[in-house]
Amino acid sequence: METLLAKEIQKKVNNNQKVTGAEAVILSLLCEGVDVIFGYPGGAIMPIYDALYQYREELHHILVRHEQGAVHAAQGFARVSGRVGVCMATSGPGATNLITGIADAKIDSTPLVCITGQVASHLLGTDAFQETDVIGISMPVTKWNYQVTTVEEIPEVIAKAFYIAHSGRPGPVLIDITKDAQFAECEFKYKKCENIRSYHPVPKINHDHIQQAADLINQAERPYMLIGQGVILSEAEKELKTFVEKSGIPVASTLLGLSAFPPDHELYVGYLGMHGNYGANILTNECDVLIAIGMRFDDRVTGDLSTYAKQAKVLHIEIDPSEIDKNIKTDVAVNADAKEALALLTEKVNARTFPDWLAKFRDCDKLETEKVINNHIHPGDGAMKMGEVIHLISEKTKGEAVIVTDVGQHQMSTSRYYKFRSGKSNVTSGGLGTMGFALPAAFGAKLGAPDREVIAIIGDGGFQMTLQELGSIFQHKVPVKIVVLNNNFLGMVRQWQQLFFEKRYSSTEMVNPDFTTIVSGYDITAKKVTEREKLSETIDEMLAHQGPYFMEVVVEKEENVFPMVPSGACVTEIRLE
Amino acid sequence: MQDKKNDQTAVQSTTVNGSVAADSNQEKLFTISVLTENKSGLLNGVTIVFTRRKVNIESINVSITEVEGVSRYTILVKCSKEVAEKIVKQIRKLVEVLGAFVYDQEEIHYQELALYKVQTKHIMNGNKVESLVRNNGARILVIESDYIVIEKTGHMHETHEMFEKLKPFGVLEFVRSGRIAISKSKRETTTFLKELEEASKIKINK
Repeated sequence: METLLAKEIQKKVNNNQKVTGAEAVILSLLCEGVDVIFGYPGGAIMPIYDALYQYREELHHILVRHEQGAVHAAQGFARVSGRVGVCMATSGPGATNLITGIADAKIDSTPLVCITGQVASHLLGTDAFQETDVIGISMPVTKWNYQVTTVEEIPEVIAKAFYIAHSGRPGPVLIDITKDAQFAECEFKYKKCENIRSYHPVPKINHDHIQQAADLINQAERPYMLIGQGVILSEAEKELKTFVEKSGIPVASTLLGLSAFPPDHELYVGYLGMHGNYGANILTNECDVLIAIGMRFDDRVTGDLSTYAKQAKVLHIEIDPSEIDKNIKTDVAVNADAKEALALLTEKVNARTFPDWLAKFRDCDKLETEKVINNHIHPGDGAMKMGEVIHLISEKTKGEAVIVTDVGQHQMSTSRYYKFRSGKSNVTSGGLGTMGFALPAAFGAKLGAPDREVIAIIGDGGFQMTLQELGSIFQHKVPVKIVVLNNNFLGMVRQWQQLFFEKRYSSTEMVNPDFTTIVSGYDITAKKVTEREKLSETIDEMLAHQGPYFMEVVVEKEENVFPMVPSGACVTEIRLE
Repeated sequence: MQDKKNDQTAVQSTTVNGSVAADSNQEKLFTISVLTENKSGLLNGVTIVFTRRKVNIESINVSITEVEGVSRYTILVKCSKEVAEKIVKQIRKLVEVLGAFVYDQEEIHYQELALYKVQTKHIMNGNKVESLVRNNGARILVIESDYIVIEKTGHMHETHEMFEKLKPFGVLEFVRSGRIAISKSKRETTTFLKELEEASKIKINK
């Protein structure tokens, strides 16, 4: 494909053949190796769609049902493939519908290039039909954005967009292209962007800081390591494992760090945060050296900052300098890419073990298993629980599936009970907490990792926020598996209402339609599980099924996710019930 | 990134090192100086960093520099040292920003300009206004038949003092420019830009 494309472009260059701005967009995307794009046409982006027609074999376009679906699908694609996700929308409402997903990608560091059409440049600022200031609107939620008004800029700007989106700490980029620039013609030449003088994605390693970090680790008696998505983004999973096994330091993961480290490893001590593991949370306040890598001390991880890890010396290894000392004051900071820093640190740390310290985590695990986990994954009789469904899916897929979750109780249960054994497998909306994320992100993920099993796990609330994307799955025959855990409640909000608002269930009960009827309308196999006896065989059927498959599981109406660190409380105030 | 875009601040931080902890929560005036590529729309990008944190900008000035295509923003804010430093780190993340630095008053040479419009009759009847101008290092910029414009450069308190003195005569209009500042650092912008160019080429050693 690439050589064909190269020849095609060379031919145009040799013949001094001009291309339209629209065609230049498509050729630029092909030059960046893009083969899948998610989008929705409309007036101001029609020239680009017209140019796409000619290249529809090389550049596969997925027509979504709402632009929010396009951006979430691009996110799912990017998260599992490590490549830049690309989406496209028209001006005005098309562009504004992308904003939620762009904000989500910004806070979760997902590389995206979003292309929006814009009214012709002479109409800018006139309140023309479907004109909106998308540059102004998207500025706070993009890593970079740019409005193209002349055709000559297109290849260079797109090259820059891809470079910025994927380098350093990744993020979303938006390119707004006026309609006249799409129609105008230019000669096409493409050169990948290699550096921008005002942009420094890769920090220069400071070897003194590495030495200070190693010294701190080597002096520690109860070191504790927190890993985040930075490990996955820098593809440092192997370096992390080598480092951990040499240093003997217990490891816990943030929500987005899940799948970076094997959960059955003897040094893995759990999942951090509001609904994380008991030991992983409370022992934060007993370690003497806290080593954070590729994570940003989000408030859902730290709880009350004034009581968080006060006894510990803090080492923060982070690629983005603005994260250092943002929430937690560090004693040693290493501004570096995780992979590079871990490799260097491994050489300098002493080989050690911490059996007594590790035993503390295991004691906590025992307590949590008795008080919480057993009851959630093996409840025996009564209504089905989210934990048991996730646990079963985890067992049956051997932890090897890509799991895409939405936001809420099902998401926290998945983070707790799905045992991710392969990297880039956990796709969820972490920072922004966007309901409606999972369904579109799942079919995007399937296109980004076609050889892997991709399962979306969604609540009944979030499912209905982007339910129309069943149409995209149907039209493009994306063999994604969809599990809806239905409790007929906005479960997480209801849990908070029960615990902190005196059970005043204000607008959280859902009167739901029959989901299987709706899904069947899209010609997707749909099963509803109401009895525990049918759960295992239906999961088997789903996993054996070749095309897309929908499984609704009716779960306990008023189940709570525990443990829980109440919002703004100290991590040691974690509640087991 | 930290190494380069940070450098001047790092120098600056050490000069006030002893007082950082004590001062970090105390609100005072800081001058934030930002070197950028000349790109339209960037002003919005810079100011929303302040807006999001609800930090009010006291004054802002954007100008050319000695290097073609490079602009300098000089922003005056009242906040704590800690907030100012966090803001500067966020500004550095903007792709077209070449460097951003936070300065205490002692670390810069700075100036402002004020204009005052007063009725012409006040200089016709007696010499009070004229002597005010003379004694305060101001000058008369324009004399029209019905008004005059007085210009004065100086620090905020000086131009304000002048305003107070002119008040009894009736000030028709008063305007003060944003602060402009030059750091006491010895580094030249062109050297800094060369270092940035090199730093932008660093690749991850994987």
